[in-house]
Amino acid sequence: MKGTIKIDSDQCKGCGFCVEACPNDVIEIGSQRNAMGYFYAVVKKAKGKDDKGCTGCSLCAIMCPEVAIEVYREKR
Amino acid sequence: MKKVFGRPKTLKPNPYHYCPGCGHSLLHRVVAEVIEEMGAEEIAIGVPPAGCAVLAYNYFDVDMGEAAHGRGAALATGLKRVLPDHLVFTYQGDGDIAAIGTAETVHAANRGEKITCIFVNNAVYGMTGGQMAPTTLLGQTTTTSPGGRVENRDGFPLNLSEMLAITRGSAYIERTSVTSPAGIRATKKAIRKAFEIQLQGLGFTLVEVLSPCPTNLKMSPLEACKWVDTEMVNFFPLGVIKDITASEEAQDAH
Ligand SMILES: Cc1ncc(C[n+]2csc(CCOP(=O)(O)OP(=O)(O)O)c2C)c(N)n1
Ligand code: SF4
Ligand code: SF4
Ligand code: SF4
Ligand SMILES: [Mg+2]
Repeated sequence: MKGTIKIDSDQCKGCGFCVEACPNDVIEIGSQRNAMGYFYAVVKKAKGKDDKGCTGCSLCAIMCPEVAIEVYREKR
Repeated sequence: MKKVFGRPKTLKPNPYHYCPGCGHSLLHRVVAEVIEEMGAEEIAIGVPPAGCAVLAYNYFDVDMGEAAHGRGAALATGLKRVLPDHLVFTYQGDGDIAAIGTAETVHAANRGEKITCIFVNNAVYGMTGGQMAPTTLLGQTTTTSPGGRVENRDGFPLNLSEMLAITRGSAYIERTSVTSPAGIRATKKAIRKAFEIQLQGLGFTLVEVLSPCPTNLKMSPLEACKWVDTEMVNFFPLGVIKDITASEEAQDAH
């Protein structure tokens, strides 16, 4: 199944829970700071050949303390 | 694409004042999701504590009434008795419910008050700078137990939930955690069950949630979760502690 996430970088506090929770290694903590001064999470740009990409499983969003992640899934 | 996860309507769009990786943030969302899924927005009344969650009323989009430190169970008792059709819950830290508020909590449970206490156990006084709490683990370093908690001097970690389970008025007590997706799901299920048992009028209900406080543990958010999962659970085992709605067999099996 295909999915996609939206991370609200203004709300993110860079805790890293989403990075740890994602089974498909989709997210990383970026090198930019937001207005609160936190390095915020971003969707990784580089995709390997075997990269399944986001499946829309929502594990990242379930673990996000700041409710900064929205998850979308392809309609079947 | 269909949206499958987003902010519950019962949670205001205000950014939390909590530290990165704080369990309060996760638990607020879980409670808000349960209220939304039960359609209980109009009947829910929350009672925030003194503690890091003192400003919880800025986040929940339901009626809230702030309690003095530790007095959540007393305030909730009054609210529920005046408004018996409402869903009344307290939200209390370990310092709040298991230290200064022990007396009213024990008696509310013993009277079988039809309220739900959401007890956020992070093993320290978070708000005031990380002092030792009744729930601080043996050996745990805090600002008031610099060499680690020692039983001869400081006593043992207090298992309030097990104590409350002995009271005849308590109906449902479970301990969960918010350190993993599975823990969060279990927490959500437990809070839903506690709320339902409250609305059925069966007695006092409480969900104790083991929660990371990275700031006062002086750990990264991920390390704090690991500490809860490997150290805290040894003193505070997860699971259902009391459920008068379960069959006797299920109770024995536990
Ligand atoms: C009557 C009274 N005594 C003491 C305090 C100071 N005080 C504020 S919060 C707190 C303890 C907070 O610890 P806990 O309940 O565990 O909440 P946490 O911040 O860890 O979530 C104390 C002692 C107070 N606000 N009121
Ligand atoms: S929805 Fe699942 S696969 Fe997609 S980024 Fe989040 S955790 Fe990873
Ligand atoms: S879990 Fe949320 S707050 Fe934490 S790094 Fe990911 S997006 Fe940011
Ligand atoms: S001090 Fe601890 S409990 Fe308080 S907001 Fe920070 S992490 Fe959360
Ligand atoms: Mg505490």
